[in-house]
Amino acid sequence: MGVFRMPSLGADMEAGKLVEWLKRAGDAIAAGDVIAVVETQKGAIEVEAFESGIVESHLVAVGQTVPVGTPLAMIRGEGTAAAPAAGPAAVPVPQIAPSPAAPPLSGAPQPPAFRASPAARRFAAEHAIELTGMRGSGPDGAIVFVDVEQALQGRRDAAPAAPPRPPPTAAGPPATGMAAMRQAIAAAMERSKREIPHYYVAHAADVTAAFDALAAFNATRAPRDRVLFGAALLGAVARALARFPEFNGFHRGGAFEPAPRIHVGMAIALRGGGLVAPAIHDADKLALPDLMRAMHDLADRVRAGRFRSSEIADPTITLTSLGERGVDAVLGVIYPPQVAIVGAGTPALRPWVVDGAVVARRLCRLTLAADHRVSDGHRGALFLAEVARLAENPELP
Amino acid sequence: MTGAPGTTYREAVRAAIREAMQRDDRVFLMGEDVGRYGGCYAVSKGLLDEFGPERIRDTPLSESGFVGAGIGAALGGMRPIVEVMTVNFSMLCLDQILNSAATIRHMSGGQFSVPLVIRMATGAGRQLAAQHSHSLENIYAHIPGIRVVAPATIADARGMLWTALQDPDPVVIFEHVMLYNAAGELDGEAGAVDIDRAAVRRPGRDVSLITYGGSLGKTLAAADELAGLGIEAEVIDLRTLRPLDDATIMASVRRTRRAVIVDEGWRTGSLAAEIGSRIVEQCFWSLDAPIERVCSAEVPIPYPRHLEEAALPQPAAIVAAARAATGR
Repeated sequence: MGVFRMPSLGADMEAGKLVEWLKRAGDAIAAGDVIAVVETQKGAIEVEAFESGIVESHLVAVGQTVPVGTPLAMIRGEGTAAAPAAGPAAVPVPQIAPSPAAPPLSGAPQPPAFRASPAARRFAAEHAIELTGMRGSGPDGAIVFVDVEQALQGRRDAAPAAPPRPPPTAAGPPATGMAAMRQAIAAAMERSKREIPHYYVAHAADVTAAFDALAAFNATRAPRDRVLFGAALLGAVARALARFPEFNGFHRGGAFEPAPRIHVGMAIALRGGGLVAPAIHDADKLALPDLMRAMHDLADRVRAGRFRSSEIADPTITLTSLGERGVDAVLGVIYPPQVAIVGAGTPALRPWVVDGAVVARRLCRLTLAADHRVSDGHRGALFLAEVARLAENPELP
Repeated sequence: MTGAPGTTYREAVRAAIREAMQRDDRVFLMGEDVGRYGGCYAVSKGLLDEFGPERIRDTPLSESGFVGAGIGAALGGMRPIVEVMTVNFSMLCLDQILNSAATIRHMSGGQFSVPLVIRMATGAGRQLAAQHSHSLENIYAHIPGIRVVAPATIADARGMLWTALQDPDPVVIFEHVMLYNAAGELDGEAGAVDIDRAAVRRPGRDVSLITYGGSLGKTLAAADELAGLGIEAEVIDLRTLRPLDDATIMASVRRTRRAVIVDEGWRTGSLAAEIGSRIVEQCFWSLDAPIERVCSAEVPIPYPRHLEEAALPQPAAIVAAARAATGR
C-alpha cells in the first residue's frame, strides 16, 4: 500500500488545493499517469503518480487546501511486489490504514504548512530563523536540524551583523492568484540571493551563420514546423551540460548532487504577469525539431494554465531568454536548489570585427550565473563558451 | 580458561560458570538436564564430572519448584545459579521471581536479600516453534527488585555472570539461543565486566540503532549496509535491560537526533516501547525524525523457517527503518 501525497512542486510551495481527481477509487494507474490536478501559486498543475497500482481511496476532497506531504490517496500496489527491496524478512506489522481524513472542522486551527522536527524548531527558535519556506531534507521533506544550520550559515555568510528577522506574520490559508505567485517568486529569489553565492560570466556569440542556417531550414516549412533560434539555444545549453555536469543538478543538504539527466527549465512569462520555468525533459537527447515541438507544447500548456508536476519539480538548470524584449543581456538569479542559470539577450545586428574589418553581425549576448559553492569561474567560462559554440552551429537535420 | 581463538559463546558461559564454582564454594548450578545431559544447549557439558552432583544438580521438570529452591538457598547464604531452559517455560516460575525473589528485600525491611542468578535461554531462529522461541525480556525488565542483563558478545557472556553473582539481589541473565554457536576472540585474561552500562558497539553520527542480545549481530550487519549508502549508524548494545542505561542512550540520540530501536520482542508493550518513551521524555527537542521500531511480528513465532525468518527483525527491515528516519 502506497500513500500518494501532496507533492512539493518547487522549493517555495507550502500547500496546494486539490481541484480535480482524474482517477477514481478502483481505477488502475501506471507510474507517470496524471491522477489529480492541484492548484498552487503557479497555477493548476497536473500531478503524476510515482507508482503503479490501484487507487484504493481518496483521502482529500476536491476543494480542500492541504500542506505539502499530506496524504491525498491510498494506492494499492500491484500484487505484493511493491514493497521496497526488503525481501521476505521485512514483512511489516500490519498497519491500520488511516481512516479517511475527515474534512477539517470549520474554525479549527490550520496545521502548520510545513513539517519541522523538534530539533529544527528549537534550533530555529534559538537563532530567530524563520522556518516558513525553508526546504526540508528530512523524512517526507521535513525540515531537520541541518537545514536550519545551513540557513543560519547562509545568513552569517551573507550578513554577519544582520539583525534577526522579525517573526513570521500569522500564516493564514495560502493565498492563490497573482499575489500568491508574487509571494512564491519572492520567497525563492530571496532565498537564492541569501544562500547562493552567485558569480557571473558573459560572452557574445556570433550567431549570424546560425540564423542563416535556420532561415534556410525554415524556408520550405510551415510555421508550426519551423525551428526558432530559442530551440537552438536551449539545445546548446543541454548539450554543453553533458560535458559540464557541475552546472546540472541541485545543491542540497550542504552538498552538490549532480543530476543524472538534463532537464532544462524554460523561463516563461505569463500573461498578466508572473513567471514559471518548467522543464523540457532530457533536452540533450532531442533533435532540434523535436525540441521545438516540446517547447511549443509546453508554452501552450503553461499559458493555458495546465502543466505537469514533474515539469515544475524537475528542472536541473534554467534558461532565461529575453529575446523578444530587445535588451542586450540578462543576468539571472538562480532558482534554488539549482546551481546555474543561463541568460540570453536579444540577437541583434551589431558592429563586430571580423578579419580586421568592422562588419555587421548578429550577436547574442550570453550570460551565466552559477553557484560558487559548486563551480568556479574558470569552468563557468568554459561552459558558457561551449554553449556559445553550440548555439553558433545548430545541428539541423 | 578458554582463551584460544574461536571461543564460542557457549564456551564463554561455561568458562564463567566454572570460574565462579572455583572461586566461591557457595556457588552451585541447578536446572533441567544441566547435569548428565550437559544442558539442553550443552552449556554445562563436563561440569558434572568436574564438580560432582552436589554442585551440578539435575532438577525435576518443575520450574516453580526449583526456582523456589534457588530462592531459599540464596536466603540461606548460598550463591545459586539456576538455569531455566527457555524464557517461555519461565512463566511457570514467574510467581517465584516476581512475588518472592523480587520482593523479599522490600517486604523484610532490608533484613533478607536474595543473591540469586537465573540464566534463561531466549529468542527464536532455531525452528523450535512458538512454545520455545519467544523473547519475553520485557516482562522481566518490568519488575522492580531484580536486575536483567542480556550478554550479546562473547566477552559479556564470559564476564557478566561473576558480576551478577556479586549482586545482593536477583539477576536474570538472558542468553539468546542463536548466540551459543557464535565464535569470537576472547582474551585469555577476560573476566568480570560491569552490568550497569550500555555499550557503543559502532560509532556513527547519523542515526542511533539501539538493540540488545540476539539482534546485535543483525543490527551491526544493517549498519554495514547503511554505511554503503552513506548513512553512518551508531549501534548501541543495551547490555543491561533493567535498569536501562539512559545516559548512554540519550547521549547517542542527542548526537544523532534519530533513533531506531531493534527488539525481538513483540512491539506492543515492548522494551522498544519503553525506550522510545524515554527518548521522547528526555530527548524530544533533539529529535529530527519520528522514532522507528523494528520488532517481531505480533504472532506466536512460527515453525516453518521462512515464516520464522519473516516474523523476526532482519537487517533489511533495520536498514529500511534507518533510511526512513534519515529520509535518505
